[in-house]
Amino acid sequence: MVKTMDLPEEEYILPGTRACAGCSMALIYRIALKALGPNTIITVPASCLTVLHGMQGFCTTKVSVLHTPFATTGASASGIVASLEDKGLADEINVVAFAGDGGTVDIGIQSLSGAVERGTNFIFACYDNEAYMNTGVQRSGSTPPGAFSTTTPNGKTGYKKNMAKILEAHGIPYVATAISSYPLDLYQKFRNAVEIKGPKYIHILAPCPPGWGYNPKDSIEIGRLAVQTGFWPLYEVIEGKFILSKDSQKFIDPAKRKPITDYLKAQKRFKSISDKEIKQYQNYIEAQWNEIEKRIKNE
Amino acid sequence: MVDAKKDFQKILGSVQKPVKGEAGKTGTWSSKKPIIDLEKCIPVKSGKPSCFNCWLYCPEAVVTRTIPPKIDLEYCKGCGICQMECPVKAISMEEVKIE
Amino acid sequence: MTISEKSEKIRDLKTKILTGNHAAAHALRQAKVGVIAAYPITPQSPVVEKIAEFISKGKLNARFVKVESEHSALAVCCAASATGSRVGTATSSHGLMLMYEMLPWASGNRLPIIINLATRATGAPWSVWTDHQDFITIRDVGWIQMFCMDNQEIYDTNLQAFKIAEDPRVFLPAIVAYDGYILSHTMMPVSIEKQDEVDNFLPPLEHHYNLSDISVVKGIDPVTTPYLRDRSSEGIAPGYFEYRYAMQKALENSIEIIMKVHDEFSEKFGRSYGNGIYKTYLTEDAEVIIFAMGSVASQARNVIGQLRKEGMKVGLVSLKLFRPFPASQLRALLKGVKLVVVFDRDIGYGYEGVLSYELKAALYGLKESPFIKGFIVGLGGRDITDQHIKKGITKALKESEKGIISHETDFIGTQLELLSEYDEKEYFKGGL
Repeated sequence: MVKTMDLPEEEYILPGTRACAGCSMALIYRIALKALGPNTIITVPASCLTVLHGMQGFCTTKVSVLHTPFATTGASASGIVASLEDKGLADEINVVAFAGDGGTVDIGIQSLSGAVERGTNFIFACYDNEAYMNTGVQRSGSTPPGAFSTTTPNGKTGYKKNMAKILEAHGIPYVATAISSYPLDLYQKFRNAVEIKGPKYIHILAPCPPGWGYNPKDSIEIGRLAVQTGFWPLYEVIEGKFILSKDSQKFIDPAKRKPITDYLKAQKRFKSISDKEIKQYQNYIEAQWNEIEKRIKNE
Repeated sequence: MVDAKKDFQKILGSVQKPVKGEAGKTGTWSSKKPIIDLEKCIPVKSGKPSCFNCWLYCPEAVVTRTIPPKIDLEYCKGCGICQMECPVKAISMEEVKIE
Repeated sequence: MTISEKSEKIRDLKTKILTGNHAAAHALRQAKVGVIAAYPITPQSPVVEKIAEFISKGKLNARFVKVESEHSALAVCCAASATGSRVGTATSSHGLMLMYEMLPWASGNRLPIIINLATRATGAPWSVWTDHQDFITIRDVGWIQMFCMDNQEIYDTNLQAFKIAEDPRVFLPAIVAYDGYILSHTMMPVSIEKQDEVDNFLPPLEHHYNLSDISVVKGIDPVTTPYLRDRSSEGIAPGYFEYRYAMQKALENSIEIIMKVHDEFSEKFGRSYGNGIYKTYLTEDAEVIIFAMGSVASQARNVIGQLRKEGMKVGLVSLKLFRPFPASQLRALLKGVKLVVVFDRDIGYGYEGVLSYELKAALYGLKESPFIKGFIVGLGGRDITDQHIKKGITKALKESEKGIISHETDFIGTQLELLSEYDEKEYFKGGL
């Protein structure tokens, strides 16, 4: 297991970005860039990360970034990879697409699906703050049930797309889930992804202080609750083999899991969540872990 | 400076170069800043590179992984994550004026 | 030249019998594109099928990204171009319209991408046949737009287009259009030049972007503001307005470069297309000039001989360069002409044919400005006949003699009268 001292000391984000105080995406990006290193090209669709990257003339990272329209992240990465192959540089440079949940599960799903189906050698990282935060908190296909957004004032009805499963169904060599609150696990997953050829997908839950309604100082703790309640299991699927990550392993035991209400009640977006919806969450978590247990047993 | 009228041929795609403080001195966003009590700080006490949770969890890359850890208050947005993640409660959020 | 000498020359030039689509594919091959991204659509598909064949046979060393949509096709092209590769693609109609978002992205980013467009009508209802609606619909996105009239011209224009688009004074994407089926699927002799000659004409791309050079860290296409951004010692960055000013200036100035590249090409390869921006046919003494593009101009050319025999001094201007619109060149050319009859295979819906109103705008304020009359012909692949052209000219002459310019759209070649149950008055009563 990687330790804090194993991470490169070098920072690839220059301080003084436009990200909100306590933004977990900023932490995710900072850790990911440490894992990816300087031989990396990033492509980013319209998102909070566009904002972090800065405005005209001046940017905030020590790696190059290509901004691209909302629907095109997967295609943009494909284009960079194709050009690097054309130039014979494909083995020297990591191509990484970094998109928010809207740019991944909604408007970006088609070009992402196409890019992985073609076997493009790249990493697609989704930082999932569970709504269109950059445009002012509108619901997305990744917003969980019962959550307030400006377009679901009474809480979202419907489901949260399970994007990691959708990508797994593409049969790609690497799929992982991660979260900002476990940065060492996150770092290791990017390192693992870099070492594998072909399409890699990492879905990272990214707590958002203004969008979820909590104090910025609690960004790490909120994310930890998502893992500790069993809502957000951390795992990898490497060449089809399911591996439950160390930080999630003990939560296979339902008794070790914290009540989901600890997670929900800590966020203002779930202020008006009903008992029925809480029950839905409990059922969802139970079913999710039953499936995980089965997968582990079968392997 | 580019004279747009004469040198428009130099204005092609919009390109950025890296700078520190792209959004300005983000330290001014908050008056509360993390102050480390070095008597409690684990790496300072042990003299060995250890813990560094403040460095690890900082979303802004304003903490150094040094003994003692240093925080760049000119750019620290004062989110308070380091205070929460310090296992020995060595960090307190205090009023610091940033100009 | 004896016949045997001629045939020797033909063999030397490697004349092939090619469809328009395959002529485009050969040009992309010889331009040595590094990356191609395309999605199938009728009638363009044979371009990319041929490209795939070239790659599989080792005749072209390019990455062919087989995307899941045209939107992604142009997104791949944009990213590959920004990474420093020469890129090209092909599409038609709905494909081009699905690319729409990425079109101004490519031009705003100053990426020298080439699209081959086998023109096709736009739905609804579905039509796979040609008209120029797809081509004119993208007129405001900042691309250089050129139209071809035969398969040799498709090949030649592609090679020129890369050179023009990659000129450091231009750095803009370009679209090379030709009529779907009429050229895309019709075989004609096409001279394919020797590779070293093509290389000599079209040297490797020296891009202003090179994302693959990771030693120079950069962000490309970030959010801009309405104003300049001054960070004193670190420099001053242009705002959105400056980028758009520069793009427009580059487009305006490209006309001269387009003409020069054309001249250079014709000197080297012995083929020319007027002055590279339009072609004239018997215009010197013409009192009536037909103004048209692509298949429409080809059809009109057929009629001119007949009309001249009947004593009418008719000439033809076939427009090759639609964007940037060569307004000042057309003002000089058409000054003093009595009548210009414009045949549009497209409409600016709610107004009139686009070539017609573009020409009117270009000639506005000109002393001795011609009378300009426009007609809509051949939408959705309806055949344009000699009779249609003659009918238009006759009608335009009558109107010009009366001196009344009408802005009503005149259609020629519709068969409304044959629809037995159709009563025009009844039909257009609407809600009144």
